[in-house]
Formats: sequence, structure tokens, C-alpha cells
Amino acid sequence: MEQLVKLIPLFPLISFAIIGLLNRKLTKRHTAIFACVGVLISFIDSVLIFYSQSQFYHPVEVVIFDWIVAGDFKTTFSFLADPLSSVFLMVITGVGFLIHVFSVGYMKGDDGFRRFFAYLNLFIFFMLVLVLGNNFLVMFIGWEGVGFCSFMLIGFWFKESKNNDAAKKAFVMNRIGDLGFLIAMCLIFFNLGSLNYTTLFQPGFIASKQIDMQTMTLITCCLFVGAMGKSAQIPLYTWLPDAMAGPTPVSALIHAATMVTAGIYMVARTNIMFSLTPDTMVFVSVIGISTALLGAIIGLFQTDIKKVLAYSTVSQLGLMFLALGLGAYTAAVFHVVTHAFFKALLFLGSGSVIHAMGGEQDIRKMGGLKKAMPLTYATFLIGTIAISGLPPLAGFFSKDQILSEAFAHNKVLFALGLLVSLMTVFYMFRLLYLTFHGSFRGTHEQEHHLHESPANMTVPLIILAICAVFAGFIGFPHALGEYLGIHNLFDAYLRPVLGSSSSHLSVGTELALMSVTTLLIIVVMLYARHLFVVKKQVPAADDAPASAFKKLVYGKFFVDELYDRLFTKPFDRFSGFLQEQVDLRFLNGIVDGVGKLTTKTGQTVRLLQNGNTGMYAIAFVFAILLLFIIFI
Amino acid sequence: MLTLLLILIPFISAFLLYFFGSRQVRPMAIAFSLVEFATALYALSLLQSGRTELLSMNVPWLSSLGISFHIAMDGISMLMVLLTTALVPLIVYASFNRNYNNYHTLYAMMLLMQSAIIGSFVAMDGFLFYLFWEISLIPIFFIILMWGGAGRQKITFRFFIYTLLGSLFMLLALIYVYLHTPERSFDIQALYAAGRALPLHAQGLVMASFFLAFAIKMPIFPFHTWQPDTYYTAPTPGVMMLSGIMSKMATYGLIRWVLPMVPAGLHEYGYIAVGLSVISVIYASCISIVQKDYKYLIAYASIAHVGLISAGILSANSQSLQGAMMEMLSHGINTIGLFFVYDIIVLRTGTSEMKKLGGIRGIDSKFAFMFFIIILSVVALPFTNGFVGEFLLILGIFKTYPIAGSVAALSIILGVVYMFRSFQTMMLGETNELTLNLRKMERQETITLFIIIILIIGMGVYPKPILEIPESSIQLLLQGIQ
Repeated sequence: MEQLVKLIPLFPLISFAIIGLLNRKLTKRHTAIFACVGVLISFIDSVLIFYSQSQFYHPVEVVIFDWIVAGDFKTTFSFLADPLSSVFLMVITGVGFLIHVFSVGYMKGDDGFRRFFAYLNLFIFFMLVLVLGNNFLVMFIGWEGVGFCSFMLIGFWFKESKNNDAAKKAFVMNRIGDLGFLIAMCLIFFNLGSLNYTTLFQPGFIASKQIDMQTMTLITCCLFVGAMGKSAQIPLYTWLPDAMAGPTPVSALIHAATMVTAGIYMVARTNIMFSLTPDTMVFVSVIGISTALLGAIIGLFQTDIKKVLAYSTVSQLGLMFLALGLGAYTAAVFHVVTHAFFKALLFLGSGSVIHAMGGEQDIRKMGGLKKAMPLTYATFLIGTIAISGLPPLAGFFSKDQILSEAFAHNKVLFALGLLVSLMTVFYMFRLLYLTFHGSFRGTHEQEHHLHESPANMTVPLIILAICAVFAGFIGFPHALGEYLGIHNLFDAYLRPVLGSSSSHLSVGTELALMSVTTLLIIVVMLYARHLFVVKKQVPAADDAPASAFKKLVYGKFFVDELYDRLFTKPFDRFSGFLQEQVDLRFLNGIVDGVGKLTTKTGQTVRLLQNGNTGMYAIAFVFAILLLFIIFI
Repeated sequence: MLTLLLILIPFISAFLLYFFGSRQVRPMAIAFSLVEFATALYALSLLQSGRTELLSMNVPWLSSLGISFHIAMDGISMLMVLLTTALVPLIVYASFNRNYNNYHTLYAMMLLMQSAIIGSFVAMDGFLFYLFWEISLIPIFFIILMWGGAGRQKITFRFFIYTLLGSLFMLLALIYVYLHTPERSFDIQALYAAGRALPLHAQGLVMASFFLAFAIKMPIFPFHTWQPDTYYTAPTPGVMMLSGIMSKMATYGLIRWVLPMVPAGLHEYGYIAVGLSVISVIYASCISIVQKDYKYLIAYASIAHVGLISAGILSANSQSLQGAMMEMLSHGINTIGLFFVYDIIVLRTGTSEMKKLGGIRGIDSKFAFMFFIIILSVVALPFTNGFVGEFLLILGIFKTYPIAGSVAALSIILGVVYMFRSFQTMMLGETNELTLNLRKMERQETITLFIIIILIIGMGVYPKPILEIPESSIQLLLQGIQ
């Protein structure tokens, strides 16, 4: 068992090493095989571990070596396989493998084919380390490692400075969050004496340390700041939409299915700490619902197919944090899983579309693609229904769980959550209709080139679509399940780590909630259909006159510009001031002033420039040597 | 005896090179420096097997003044000697394909410097330390004056003034403590005892004098203004010696001569020095962000990193000191890497102004990749040596001074801003006339960078062997000052 756990991250690392070292000596075909097989073996390994964990609860701890040891501080490079990490392992390697396969087709013509797969494999390695780590510091290895891979892959086409800017922005914003993570680690170590999960989270350990509430709140807040950066929450969300500059499979893998959910994993992993601090929990849910709303609102008017999906991801991540803030850890993780399926599906679908459109991403120039791309259309439709939360697709179950938790806790949060889901339905169907329905709005040349993607791209779509349809049943609603005698398998699996969800609604309430939400979703869907299929509305061009509100939303509330004004520009001015005034003028001025007073010393320097200076130096040192010898 | 040998080998080699090395100077230089490295490794094995008596030597010298030729090595000195002896061959090798006039003199100077620097790392007598400290400066002045770039006279002069001032304060502090020793002795233990017996305010003054000398050398804000220009004008081997090795004399000095000598003063007034160090981190990072020239950028980046080391040492706990030792090593390696990248670029394009460059990654992706690994270490990404040092430093500073620790931790954000900007401007984007026909890395250049990268990743993934070297000495030191 221990061997199995050790091996999981090893295979992608080996693939990375092979591809990275051999590089040009490998054919594209072999590169693809190495890359995919590495992840596939990890997936099989993960399945075995996942299965063994489902038998009975037995977390497997593997110490590989002592990593950083200094005084009483000791961390090992060690792994922990338990139900929580097993779930993430499955998602990372499973969805990761499908995306690898898809990428083989998608990146076929690119010069950087090998480089792409090398980084993709390295990413999988770091992501696996992140979820397998048995202490905060090992998680931090993965945490920063995926950030680095994300940087490399966002700026994959490095000749365009726009991509590089996006990559750097992502890394810097993540680092802001990491500062929180780092300080949290310091606080945890000095107050609790360890960074090890198995030590920290054993029953009664934290209570025995008698740590005061304020410190605990500070710790969880700092941890959450780390999560904000990685999982793109307000105020650190603006990097995620820009990250769409990377190749589309990267957006699917890193910026939808796996890396951005690391923040949710972190909070779920440390749920014992978070549960102790109600103040932080409120903070988490407020940030979560605000981000969910903001993402959904901005998503309403976007015209770039990937940007719509990106804001949708921001919004969905917000919903997951809402669930975490309510203490419904299992619901959040459940939504991570279903979201990984349908969002990866949607992104890959959009990739398929972009591929067919020759790189075009503007949905105003698409339309009617369903005839040319029936498979992509069918799977995209499934993805759209799944994310909208119509029963019985995956999104319905996970979203329903979050909403009913919200309903049990706080009706306002529930109402806002419902609003978010309805907006999601609107922008997703708007996207679907504008892309696949109606008539084609692009150039003739593009129309001529439209084609369905090859099998290695469509098969992953189909598999993901199947998952998006059926995955929801593993987390069957509690009350209704009890009534019908269907267990919530997912909840049972994670209960030893995450505890059971706090609130249970009656069957009647649960059914009523479901019916109302479903009804509303159908209404919104029909409204979107009315607008974009029946009335054939197409979003106006960028320069067309629009209402102030629409301009504001289309401009993403100008948050980027605001940050630029508030932080970037003043900071640059401040740095410039330090350089010009303090350093060059003031400090250097003093020194040179002192220097002028002692011009005589200057003559010594001038003397040295004459003749053979090397000889001077040697003579000088030689004299000192003589002194030594004489005195000894 | 072995310790004396470590001082003498480079010293004698320098003369051999100067007088007989006009032909085979490169192989000779590398051979000498490797012999020295091997000797240091042997010394390490002696230290680890506990035969420390072979490493120490104590001969009365100027007995009337209580000065003796006392040299010895503990784990802390050992690591510093390893740093020096490992990096000198690397610096020598890095300059193999470059043309310097009279390079036998250049190598002779570098070896002389090495000899004096090692002397300062093993000196267990206050006066001896001071002497080595001063001697080590002479070769670097000559290196800059003879092989430096434009404006070197004025810049060396400023460097000289600063150094003079620093040395003066250190000498005053040493003499002051010396005058309080019962038997008028410069021996380290006597000085420790005398220093600890001083009243609080006197300890504070002694600490301030020492700190001033060391702050200039490291350098720390606001005593740093000699550094950027000096680094800019110094030839690459010189700047590597300066930033990679010589700046560590000052950080080492803090550990050896300040912490155990005036512990009460440190406890009472240390926060001022920590404050300056942390200001230095932020100040230098900010200025680094607006630099237009790559060499100035890494010069200021170096100030930021050394500031963190200084704050860590002054926080005086096992994490911060271990972190400081690790970071000294990492900073030495990384900074040589960064200046070597500068050398490669300037040799080909004639400029280090970042805006004029661009797109190099598309021309020589191997070079860009290796450069990026060094950057990752500078910004302290886990699994690089930079992370181990910086993490322990932040953890340790946080332990003693939580606010200073949190502020210093900002460097992990700022570092990314300036280092990634340099990478983006020079390596990414479109090529231009300057970079379009860039010659790819030569074998010697690839090997140099490869060694650096192996060190970065090796020490980052498995730092334990290195962390273990100074561990017991640090514990001993900490017990002494509690």
C-alpha cells in the first residue's frame, strides 16, 4: 500500500524527465505516448488507493525522507493517502489523463509540442504532491510547483507579450496569497508545535494546546488568504480570466478542474481548524458568495468563449467556498468533483470549437456550429445542462446540496446562491445558443474549414460527458435518499475526514426546494432560448452604444484598471522615488560629500593607477606575509 | 594545522600563478582551487568524525599585546570555508572563455582574496580577524581598478571610503572590548567574556559599531550605496567574489563576533538592527523593480537577500540561524549564476539594458530554461536551495520578531515582480536585431550553469546534509547566549 502511494506522483515525474531531457530526440508520437501513459499509470494507481480507502478508513502515511530540519523544527517529505486525498487523486489523474489525450490532437501542429507535455506532466506531479502531502510544507511544494507550471503554460506562446503579462500576473497574485499561507505556517508551528497533519488533526490535539481564539482565527484567515490566491476569490481573482491566454487544454486542466480547486482542498484538509473559528467561517462564506455573484454577473455579457467559462469558474469556485464557509465540506468537495467533469468538458468543447474556427474565440463570429460539429455540440450541451443543475445530471446534485445547506443556515445566502445558479443557466445557454445554433457569422474561409475534431479529441469529450451525466448519483440528496433507501456514497466515503454535514432538511422541504429551483432553471433556459434562438439576438460590437450598466459589466467592473490605479502605479512611483531621490540623490550625495572632504585619499588612488598595479598588490601582500613570519 | 593549510594553499598558489603562470594559467588556477576544495572536504570529514584538534592551532604571536595566531573551525566556520572553496573553482571556471588582460594576475588576486577570506572565517582571535578582514580588501580594489568598467576610479574611491569607515568602527569596538579583558587578550573566548560583562548600554554601543562595519560590507540600507555601482563596474569574476563570497564575511562576522559577545545588547537593541535589515529587504526590492539594467537589478536583489540573512542572524534562534547559514550558501551560488547569465548576455550583445533585449528563449531555450531555474531559486520556490534558506529565515525572524518577519516575507512577492520582469523582458517576447543571431551557449557555459542548477535543486530537495554541518555549533552558540 505504501509503495502504491509513493509511486503515484513518480510516473508523471518520470515522463516529465524523459520528455524534458530527450526533447527533440523524441518524435511527437513518442512524446504523446510517454506523457499519456505516465498519467494513466498514476490513474490506475489512484483507483487502487481509492478503492482500498472505500473498504474501511485507514489513512496511509508514508515518510520518504527528512526534508528541512533545524533545531526543533522538523519536516519530512511525506505523503498521506486518506479518503480526501484519494478523491482529489482520482480527479487529478482521471481528468488529467483525458485532457492529456485531448491535447495530443489539439497541440498536434504546435512547435512546442514536447515542451507542452513536459510541463503538463510536471504540473500533474506537483498537483499530486499538493494533495498527497502530509504536512503544510509539502503541500506548499505542490502549491508553488503548480503555480510555476501554470506560469509556464499561461505564457506558453511566449512571443506575445500579452500572454507573458497574464502569466506574470497569475504568479504574482498567487504569491500574494502564498504570503498568507507562509505566515499561517509560521503561526501554526509556533502555536501548535508541528506542521504535520497526522499530528495536528488527531482528535483533541488542538484543544490540548489551549490556543486562544484570536490566534486560531488569525491562522485560519491567513490560510484562507492563501486559498483566495490559488482559487481566484475576491480580491485576488483577476488573474484567472487573464490566464485564458494559455492553450485551451491548460485552461481545462489547471484553470478549471484541478489547480484552482487547491484552495478548496486546503480548507477541507484543515476543516478541524476552520470549524473552530466561526468568524473565519462567516468571512469565507461572504467572500465565496460575493465572488460567485461577481463572476456570474460578469459572465452574463462576455463575448469570448473562454472568458465566459473563466468567469463561470470563478463563480463556481465561489459557490464551493460558500459551502465551506457553511461547514458543508463534503458538499464543497462534491462540487469540486462534478465541476471538474463538466467544466473540463466545457473547456475542451470550447477548445474543439476554437480548433475548428482556426483560433477564433469571439462567439459573435460563431453560430450554427452544431451541423459541422455534432459530437462537440452534443457533449457541450450535456456540459451546459450539467452546470445549469438540471436533474439528473451531476451539477444538479452538488449544487442542490450546497443550496440546501445554505437554506438551512441562512435564507439570504440561499437566495443569493439561487440567483447565481440562475445567472449561470442564462450565460451558459447564451453561450451554447450563440455558438452552436442559428447561422454562421464568421468569414467564408472559416466556414469552409469547419470540421469535427478527430477521435482523440472527441473521445475524451464523450467520456467526460458520461461522467457529467452520472457522477452526481454518488452524492444522492440526504433526506430524499433516506426516504428512497439510497445512500449518499460520497458523504459516507469522506465522513471520517470531513465529518457529516451539519444540517438535515425534511424530505418535504428538500423536494420543494428542488422543484422550485428546477422550475426556475427551466424558465431561465427558455428565456435564453427566446432571446438567442427565437429572436436571434447577437451581442453588439464593442464600440456600439450601450447602457452604462452594461458597459460597466462588460468592462468587468474595471477592477483591473482600479488595481492598476490603486496599487501598481503608486507602487511604481514610490519605487522610482526611492531610486531617484533617496538612493541616488540623498544617500550618494552624503557619501560623495564626505569623499570630497578627504581629497587627499584620492591621490593614493591615483598613484595606484600608474605602472604595474598588479605588482603593487603582490608586493603589498608579500610585505604582510613577511610581517607574519617575523612575528611568529 | 589543516586550517593553516587552507589559508596557505591559495596564498602560495597566488604567487605561483603570478610568477610562473603566464602560459598554463587556467589549468593551474583551476587545479589549485580544486586542491583547496579537496582539502576543505577533508577538513569536513575530520570535523564530522570529531577530530577537531587537527583543525585548530594556537600560537602566541604578539604576546605583549595579547594577540595570538589562533585559528580553528567549528561547524559554522566549516560551512563558510566550504562555500568559499567550492565557489572559487566555479568562478575561475566561469571565466575560462573570457579574455582578460593579464589574467594570471587576475587569478592570483582572486586566490589571494580567497586566502584572506578563509582566514577571516577561521580566525579565533579578534585582531587576526580584523587583519584578514582588511587584507581581503586589497585584491578586490585592484581587481576593480585594473579590470573594471567605466568610472571605476570614482566608484572604487567611494567603496574605499565606506570600507575605511566600517573598519574603523570595528577596530574601535574590538579595542574597546579588549581593554575590558582582564589579561588584555584578543582571544575570542576572552573577548566573549569581557563583552558579556559589559553594562547594557556599552554592549549596545559595541553591537552598533560591529553592525555598522558589517552593514557596510553586506550591505544594508542606508550604508549600501557603494554596492550597486561597484557591482556594476567590477569585472564578472570580481563581482562574483564580492557578492558570492565576500559579503558573507559580514554575515559570518555577525554570527561569530556579535551574537556571543554582546548577547544582552542584542536582546535590548537588536530590534533596531533587525528593523534596518528588514527595511533593507523592502527598500532594495522596490528599487530593483524599477531598474532598467539587469546588472543593477541583481545588485539590488542581492541587497534584499542579504538583508534577510542579516535579520535572521539577529533574530538569533535555531531556525533563523540555520536558515541564515543555508541562505548564505544559496545566495552565493545563485548570485554567481545570475552574474554569469549577465556575462553570457553581455558578451554576445554588448548590453545589459533589459529593454534592448528580448526573445532569447526562442533562440536558445536551454539557456533561458537554466536562467529560469536560477530565478526560481532566487524567488524561493520549494525544492530549490533558495526556499530552504528563505523559509527558515522567515520562520525564525517571525519567532523573535513577528511583525518584522511578516514584513520581510513580503520579499517573496516583490522578488517575483523584479526577477520575473527581468526574465520576461530579456528572454520572452519577439527577438530583435541584437538577439536575432545570438550565439548559443558554449560547452563551458552550459557546464557552468549546469553545475549551478544541480546545486540549486540538489540542495533544495535534500538539504539535510548541509543543514547538519553547522547544527551543533549553532546549538552551542545559542546555549551560550541564553
